[in-house]
Amino acid sequence: MSTSQRVIIVGGGLAGLAAAVRIAEAGVPVDLFSMVPVKRSHSVCAQGGINACNEVARQQGYSEYQHFDETIYGGDFLADQGPVLEMCNWAPKIIQLLDRMGVPFNRTAEGRHDLRLFGGSLFKRTHFSGATTGQQLLYALDEQTRRYESEGKISKYEFWEFLAPVTVGEGEERRCVGIVAQDMRTMQIRSFRGDAVVMATGGCGLIFGKSTNSVICTGGAASRCYQAGAWYANGEMIQVHPTAIPGADKCRLMSESARGEGGRVWVPRQKGDKRPPRQIPDSERWYFLEEKYPAYGNLVPRDIATREIFDVCVNEGMGIDGGNMVYLDLTHKDPAYLTEKLGGIMEIYEKFVGVDPRHEPMKIFPAVHYTMGGMWTTFTPGSYQPSQPAGAHKSGDRPPVGTEVGVGMAYGAPNNMMTNIRGLYAFGEVNFAYHGATRLGANALLSCIFDGLYNGVSVVNYIQQEAPSQHPAEKLKADAYEAAAAAEKAKVDRLLATVGKGSADRAFNPYVIAQEMGDEMTAASTVVKTGPRLQQCLSKLAELKERYTRVRLGDAAGWTNQTLSFTRAVGDMLILAEVIARCGLLREESRGSHKRLDFPDRDDTRFLKTSVAEFVPGTGQPRIFWRDVQTNLVKLRARTYGKVEAGEGRKQPEAVASAS
Amino acid sequence: MSNTARGGVRARNVIFRIKRCEGPGKPSRWEAFKVPVEPNANVISCLNWIAANPVTIDGRQTTPVVWDSNCLEEVCGACTMVINGRVRQSCSCLIDEYAPNEGDTITLEPMSKFPVVRDLWVDRQRLFWGLRKVKAWVPIDGTYSLGEGPRETPDHQHDRYVMSTCMSCGCCLDACPQYHKEEDEGKWDRSFVGAAVVNQARLFNEHGTGRVLKPERLDALMGPGGLDACGKAENCVKVCPKNIPLVESIAAVNRAITIHGFKRIFSGK
Repeated sequence: MSTSQRVIIVGGGLAGLAAAVRIAEAGVPVDLFSMVPVKRSHSVCAQGGINACNEVARQQGYSEYQHFDETIYGGDFLADQGPVLEMCNWAPKIIQLLDRMGVPFNRTAEGRHDLRLFGGSLFKRTHFSGATTGQQLLYALDEQTRRYESEGKISKYEFWEFLAPVTVGEGEERRCVGIVAQDMRTMQIRSFRGDAVVMATGGCGLIFGKSTNSVICTGGAASRCYQAGAWYANGEMIQVHPTAIPGADKCRLMSESARGEGGRVWVPRQKGDKRPPRQIPDSERWYFLEEKYPAYGNLVPRDIATREIFDVCVNEGMGIDGGNMVYLDLTHKDPAYLTEKLGGIMEIYEKFVGVDPRHEPMKIFPAVHYTMGGMWTTFTPGSYQPSQPAGAHKSGDRPPVGTEVGVGMAYGAPNNMMTNIRGLYAFGEVNFAYHGATRLGANALLSCIFDGLYNGVSVVNYIQQEAPSQHPAEKLKADAYEAAAAAEKAKVDRLLATVGKGSADRAFNPYVIAQEMGDEMTAASTVVKTGPRLQQCLSKLAELKERYTRVRLGDAAGWTNQTLSFTRAVGDMLILAEVIARCGLLREESRGSHKRLDFPDRDDTRFLKTSVAEFVPGTGQPRIFWRDVQTNLVKLRARTYGKVEAGEGRKQPEAVASAS
Repeated sequence: MSNTARGGVRARNVIFRIKRCEGPGKPSRWEAFKVPVEPNANVISCLNWIAANPVTIDGRQTTPVVWDSNCLEEVCGACTMVINGRVRQSCSCLIDEYAPNEGDTITLEPMSKFPVVRDLWVDRQRLFWGLRKVKAWVPIDGTYSLGEGPRETPDHQHDRYVMSTCMSCGCCLDACPQYHKEEDEGKWDRSFVGAAVVNQARLFNEHGTGRVLKPERLDALMGPGGLDACGKAENCVKVCPKNIPLVESIAAVNRAITIHGFKRIFSGK
């Protein structure tokens, strides 16, 4: 191995930092790029916790295997199964590692990890740190990263924006050998050499305008890789979280842990009941999730809770005051208990709404939250290859496979979580692996850290065993790097040349274009979708793309020009939005988060497949094809979560003709 | 679907006076904007409105205002600025509270103790540098599977958790009379590190494994730029958005330094 080999990581959230620490530890220098100081990455927003089988649950009959089975079932069988098995098997080790790094996980009286319930499971298997678990996990990895930084093993490029991958070779031989990035302060654009590049840039919630995501979660980086030839998979799979506080600038998440700790979702049984919530007696409240799903109650997976809330408000007109809002009620719990277990989210509600949720039920509505789809990645299957897939796992049964390393995905295989461009990896939310058609709560932190730790080794093996070991990036000719940087500079020059020119019409204002895209995508491509509405959405996107070609910037500054950065991202978001809407149109079935009113059932014959979009440079349109899902470990079954149809004890709400 | 929990406040116009600056070394100037606000607006939604409508109150076309932000839930620390003279996060700054009436004014300025990058965006690298200086981490033996970390009581976890919610926003530094703006990186080592960094030193001194670096952390806080500089104004704790007991942390580290100093004298090191 040449000691001068380096790895580039783009994104400093949980996935990026876990990868940085793992790769630096293996002795390979890391260049870490982020649009924000890594400690401010979007991972801080994760609240509820991180799932892992633990001793208590194990003695109650739970296992890593059941965690795996729950995750596959939760994702409606769309996830490749091997990587999920490996992730769930690794989860307890990840908790122990975070514990050693000093994460202040909540403790029991005896000093062990406290656990809470979370959606999609009947076992307590979620470890947590107050209600700011993501923040605490990110800080632990940030601290380890800082330690390696002080030893010179990790170099940070904070406030640098990723613009494009640099590649050499064609077809199968094409590989990624660096990136082009821009300093967001000085506006300098330059290329960087790297023997492998790990994209860990998170989700694309901003495409939907207001979401629970942070400002930088535009999907811009993923879109730029897609435009450079990386495939984008299951784009239509977007998670809408059931419980958020709608706000003027964003929707703020109210963690699923609120329900895990006993929170109940309800509306008044009497339509239009104007009484303050605490004056409505229990018998006059409709706890619709508990009624429809006796087994899981308020802890059904997110897509199901979201559709039920949407149905109650939009179709039945039973929302609070007839509006789009339901109660999330914790007032029956001890206020001190709530502060201890959920302090972080209690504080958010108090600060942003001005009401104390310990004493007043919260008002919430669903909001776009998580990107299950993402950059397509591959992997090497593990050693567990049953002669036929196992049926639904019952707690207490002996799992069909153990937890040895590599049973689900081969440890250290260079292609794990590598995209279709060699040497270009995608870790964490930006890839499409692990969560299928719906992500279970508290599995995101797990998948991000798992990618970094488990597949960081794959990156090291790739640069040491494959093409980069013979042709390190450092020794490559400068042409590819210079050409890639020049192309990005030309793009910037084109955008800056629009300042002060042409029409001042708002139609060509980048902020207005972004807002219209967000409104359209939220209306057409979230909780419920139909073919005609998605067609209409594609027409609207075409119109916005056309207007974008005449976009006009309001700032020509050659220093810290945020308008430029935003406008460039809007163009990339429009391209990704088209993938999301187009794949949603072509997937003529309902599965997990993807609900087509015109195709209400899951169609395994046609669509037990990954949608894959490939950018066609000439037209700018996606070419979409379908790939088989790895399903040889767990047998398909209907995903019902024990729903009971309207029956005993349920007061039928009046039918409402109007649906918006 | 606006959340009307606060109720009673109507749509109205609010004047934003914003201190602007094109970049390091450039003069600053004030610009005012008239922003129509809806109930439940915050400073961020108003800055977003200005970005889409960059016209001053006198009808002059200007550039969108530059500011730093990310999570908008007061958990990342990015959007800190000085609002009506007080340092805080702009995302959690609700207009209904700050400007309930038509024509009310809100003043936005960049933080005062950090170099301005542009407009309301400042460079807080010195804060992260401070975390390196006090080795604010647990020196684990690597990421291999080596079993559990140290067990701790719920009380101890609670204390550490509160300290660990510090999001490096820098409010405590901006409000501290002893923390001075220092653009020259070479001089950071001799300037007061500030409460946020001292609190992190305490956090890791309190951890079962983290405490092995306690002597080094205390050494780093004994010399110039260390705790001697603290004037006990206690402004830090008043502006901390996360209610971290910063004064307690400073006192705890001070005590530890005293003991550490004696130990050094008697051991002759």
